[in-house]
Amino acid sequence: MSDQDFLITVDGMKVRAKRGQTIISACDAAGVYIPRLCHHPDLKPAGHCRLCSCYIDGRRASACTMPAAPGMVVVSNNEELNNDRRVVLDMLFVEGNHFCPTCEKSGDCELQALAYRLGITAPSLTYQWPKREIDASHPDVFIDRNTCVLCSRCIRASRDVDGKSIFGFSGRGLGMRLNIDSETKLSDTSFAAIDKAAKVCPVGCIVIKRTGYRTPIGRRHFDKAPIGTDIEACEVGDPE
Amino acid sequence: MDPEGQVDTTTIEDAVGKFGGARDRLMDILQEIHRRLGCLEQQTISALSASLRIPSAEIEDAASFYSFFNRAPKGRFHIRLARTPVSLMKGADDVARAFVAATGAQIGGTSAEGDFSLDWAADLGMADQEPSALINGAPFPALAPSDVRTMVEELRRNRDTTNALPLFPGSDASGLKQSRIAINLLGPGPVLFGDKRSGDGLQKALRLSPEEIVKEIVKARLRGRGGAGFPTGLKWRLCRQAVAETRYVVCNADEGEPGTFKDRALLTLAPDLVLDGMTIAARALGARQGVIYLRAEYAYLEAALRNELDKRRNDGLLGANIGGVNDFDFDIRIQFGAGAYICGEESALLESLEGKRGAPRDRPPFPTDRGYLGYPTAVDNVETFACAAKVIERGAAWFCGFGTAESAGTKLLSISGDCPRPGVYELPFGTTLNELLDLVGASDARFVQVGGPSGQCVGAKDYGRRIAYEDLSTGGSIMVFSAQRDVIATALQFTEFFADESCGWCVPCRVGTTLLKQDLEKILRGRGTLADVRALESLARSVARTSRCGLGQSAPNPILGSMRNFPEAYEARLQEEEFLPRFSVLEASAEAKSIQEHGLLDVEER
Repeated sequence: MSDQDFLITVDGMKVRAKRGQTIISACDAAGVYIPRLCHHPDLKPAGHCRLCSCYIDGRRASACTMPAAPGMVVVSNNEELNNDRRVVLDMLFVEGNHFCPTCEKSGDCELQALAYRLGITAPSLTYQWPKREIDASHPDVFIDRNTCVLCSRCIRASRDVDGKSIFGFSGRGLGMRLNIDSETKLSDTSFAAIDKAAKVCPVGCIVIKRTGYRTPIGRRHFDKAPIGTDIEACEVGDPE
Repeated sequence: MDPEGQVDTTTIEDAVGKFGGARDRLMDILQEIHRRLGCLEQQTISALSASLRIPSAEIEDAASFYSFFNRAPKGRFHIRLARTPVSLMKGADDVARAFVAATGAQIGGTSAEGDFSLDWAADLGMADQEPSALINGAPFPALAPSDVRTMVEELRRNRDTTNALPLFPGSDASGLKQSRIAINLLGPGPVLFGDKRSGDGLQKALRLSPEEIVKEIVKARLRGRGGAGFPTGLKWRLCRQAVAETRYVVCNADEGEPGTFKDRALLTLAPDLVLDGMTIAARALGARQGVIYLRAEYAYLEAALRNELDKRRNDGLLGANIGGVNDFDFDIRIQFGAGAYICGEESALLESLEGKRGAPRDRPPFPTDRGYLGYPTAVDNVETFACAAKVIERGAAWFCGFGTAESAGTKLLSISGDCPRPGVYELPFGTTLNELLDLVGASDARFVQVGGPSGQCVGAKDYGRRIAYEDLSTGGSIMVFSAQRDVIATALQFTEFFADESCGWCVPCRVGTTLLKQDLEKILRGRGTLADVRALESLARSVARTSRCGLGQSAPNPILGSMRNFPEAYEARLQEEEFLPRFSVLEASAEAKSIQEHGLLDVEER
């Protein structure tokens, strides 16, 4: 443990953190999984999905945006928090048009995996049946906004990593949509399948063409182990 | 765009040039183009993208966020009618019908000849004079259905484009004090409107050191007047202590909480007090630039405020070496919003000020640490700055002579709804709702909405409660509802407001506000069961707990508050069944049944 490191408490466990680290990155490093959807370790946090909402020193805040500070006490795993997470996931399922059985991301989808992990079998909220556009114009990448969860991973990746700003939001509230940097279609932009933005979508919205069924259903990422397992596989606990 | 489909590049280049092509002045650039062209079409955005050399996705991200930016051409006269619980109780529906009949335009549409567009809008800041409308940005309060035909005919005859009503923003308000919109200052109080202002708050501040100013504000126990009540002295101190090359003073004049219009009164009747307060803050903080973020709905205040700023520059109260103090340089510019309630939230306001969509920021960092353009920024309410000027002018001890132990001074209240004397009242903190209702002559109030939709719904048994940070904290919106008003229908109107104004950034607010609205509608339509009420309450609590900012956290308040105070209103609408579908199969199939002359189903279903 270096001089810069300090300890925080997460669900009663001591977790080592560094200055400048967020709660979620400190927990990831320590093998303590906090559910999240919009967060991606390679991108700046944005605080959209609220799945990582925890009690931090007694107040609700998102673990992905909150910088860790010495002695912080975090509660992430209790019935109220997990129930709120189920409500938020439920909202995402009814907000978009998610057809898991026919979606090529099934088994690799973080939204689906989170629902399984948190025990959602079917949405209980009211389906909104929105009209969402698809864009198949690009030779290598397909956009199906039906499953978009507006997590801004592609926006952040394209702007901050690829330096292209291919994506943005349009509109506000329930009318908010993923927008592209073109009046018409994705193929008019400089988007490429090797872009970071093409690889970070947690759901079946931005998918690379001709790769969908390379891994058969049943042998996909979350078919093998629940989401969060690779984080939990780290060694938990000991700050030394 | 002209009729041939060509983009008006001259207008775009002019607008870009006017603001030096600066990315962070995107709001101004968009507004300038919007003012000239009347809308922001996709081709315009693309051309602007080329001119500014920033991706069109980034411009669209901002432009598509604001409800006052038209995305397609509108009629020569764009009529926006306030649709709020108060406007509706004063007959906004009848006025809207009169406009539809007189103009030939539907709500949300444009008349065939292209003269008129009609739209509903959120609260326009004239709740004491409803029904109200903005026509091309100019205010039209206290409308009656019988006025409408003459008004519309007059407008229709107006072909003189040089004298047309000004387009948003930038209408003329130089004669505002005498104009058709009244400032009903019915209760001038001792602090802000009490005496003829001596005008030497700023002069006194110039004789104090910056630290002495902050100390005096701390001693006065001045707290933010926008509703949150953060101690102003502490905010200024944090901002002052942050290490940075420069700092900013921002006046939050985005008064968007439905039912509020007290900042409009202050900016009209006492702008010098507000500008004194901003300049005093600049002195205390070491800021060189200040911004007034003025809501688009108040665009008609622009000319008068600009005159005021020019006068101060001539008097040496703005600019270089203010009041003869070496190196005290400070100036103020006006930034218009464009129709987004969320921009009243300080971090969303800063995003908007930087030319982006008004999505709140994550905190920390706080604006006092990293605010406008990343520099320490003090964002304070219009009324807070006016109070600060009075604190320095008359002293903290004098200021603390009003109000209660935890809430020093007075509060400007905008009172509207079912009362004979709606208007602006300045009352000392500690005033009870009973006293307040007596003042406005409301004798049969069933409930009072304190602090607007995001505040609290207070029933008659609690009228002994006090307006104070420690009891009923409010930014100043007080709406009175009489015995004849429906508690649940009002809660639904407030919930709809939040669904319309949710910025969409976080899931629980984006989706939850609409779900709350739909579930409450079901109960209001008499199709709710006990299970629905329980589910609604549970959903409301999840939205409040998980939302990212104050909008989503307080959006469930109208539902939770009305459930707590008026459970009988809910009980009266509940059905006995364990479950009822959202719609009635019989009603939904009524048309088919009338054609077929027999039902779709043999069993009688509800």
